[in-house]
Amino acid sequence: MIRVVLPPHLRNLARISGEVQVAVTGTVTLRAVLDVVEDRYPMLQGTIRDRSTGQRRAFLRFFACEEDLSNQPPDAPLPDRVTTGEEPLLVVGAMAGG
Amino acid sequence: MSGVRILVGTRKGAFILTADGKRKDWKVDGPHFGGWEIYHLNGSPAEPDRLYASQSSGWFGQIIQRSDNGGQSWNPVGNDFAYDGDVGEHLWYDGTPRPWEFKRIWHLEPSRNDPDTVYAGAEDAALYRSTDGGQKWQELTGLRTHATGPQWQPGAGGMCLHTIITDPVDPNRIFVAISAAGVFRTDDGGTSWSPINKGLRSAQIPDQDAEVGHCVHRLAMHPSRPNVLFMQKHWDVMRTDDAGDSWREISGDLPTDFGFPIAVHAHEPDTVYVVPITSDSEHYVPEGRLRVYRSRSGGDQWEPLTAGLPQANCYVNVLRDAMAVDTLDECGIYFGTTGGQVYASSDSGDSWAPIVRDLPAVLSVEAQVLP
Repeated sequence: MIRVVLPPHLRNLARISGEVQVAVTGTVTLRAVLDVVEDRYPMLQGTIRDRSTGQRRAFLRFFACEEDLSNQPPDAPLPDRVTTGEEPLLVVGAMAGG
Repeated sequence: MSGVRILVGTRKGAFILTADGKRKDWKVDGPHFGGWEIYHLNGSPAEPDRLYASQSSGWFGQIIQRSDNGGQSWNPVGNDFAYDGDVGEHLWYDGTPRPWEFKRIWHLEPSRNDPDTVYAGAEDAALYRSTDGGQKWQELTGLRTHATGPQWQPGAGGMCLHTIITDPVDPNRIFVAISAAGVFRTDDGGTSWSPINKGLRSAQIPDQDAEVGHCVHRLAMHPSRPNVLFMQKHWDVMRTDDAGDSWREISGDLPTDFGFPIAVHAHEPDTVYVVPITSDSEHYVPEGRLRVYRSRSGGDQWEPLTAGLPQANCYVNVLRDAMAVDTLDECGIYFGTTGGQVYASSDSGDSWAPIVRDLPAVLSVEAQVLP
């Protein structure tokens, strides 16, 4: 299972606590993981990726295994330790605003 | 006894204030959606327990929430606000063309008679309608694609469609206002739109009486006189008696005619309320005194209402959607400030008292009367 940690506001919106665990078929990529997360929690559509462009929203970041994956292609494979569930994929709200 | 419910949107969440018809003892409930900007909450006139809320954030974008039990619980509904067809371009602040880009919903206006039909005003300016309780949104494209669209330009707050007034008599007529394009009217249910800005003069644009380009801050209508609209413009308080075909200034003896909200008394169609602000570069009340001004003559003659409002060291603003009236026999007036106070009057504005003092900056206030 792939582990995904969402920021608190999105956990509240989706009414979940703790990590989300999802099963992904095929290559485990950012796009594949987020597609499954949004499919399970439709209220998250548009909150992580822009509705019209599919691009990551500007003030969100994707981290895993102490790496910033925010700007990697959405169809690039995620690190093995994310694929095996050893490490979570972190969706993080950027430090901005007040 | 009837009660009232005040729906308050703030920079950091929504609050619901309730009282019985005496409007003396208030219960404050919230924050709902804590930490999110709530530009607007509004209730269905046809089913008061049906509420809609615009929840947004710079991080996570736009959410629309719906409650079917007066705000006790909420569920997210649709948030797919797509510009239909060719997106087109408008003018940016520097005068260069820029494609329309959705940012947020400023205002939600439920239908007068169908709880499942609701209009939404967007930044960048566009009008949407849902007929299924907010699940799906369809743009009324005739507005954004109006021939003048490429000339529209944002005001300081963004190019927002902030006011939507449905005509209580003619179901095909809707008025909207956009900063800084002006007022538009449809007479065919939203298919085609006409700018109705004749009589407006704005020193901030090169052609002061241009067809579009006016920074209209807010419109208000009394339901018994749908052809009469009152307007708080960037500068100037205005009035039309012919559904916007022509406007005349009614600022009269106001200390300053800059401001944001405007409201009409529930039972006196010629009683109008504004909150004058020092200037376009000083967005706080003049002289440190929070004064609502009331005209009982449909404009021109205004009186300050000060009882119960701070008259020293007060430097708040009242934003465009942050004033509302209730329809109880003795009309209640409510407004919220950028300092987080929500004030209420249960005697048409003669006297005021705070309901709550320390909320986040207030973005919107709506009033509902409950059975």
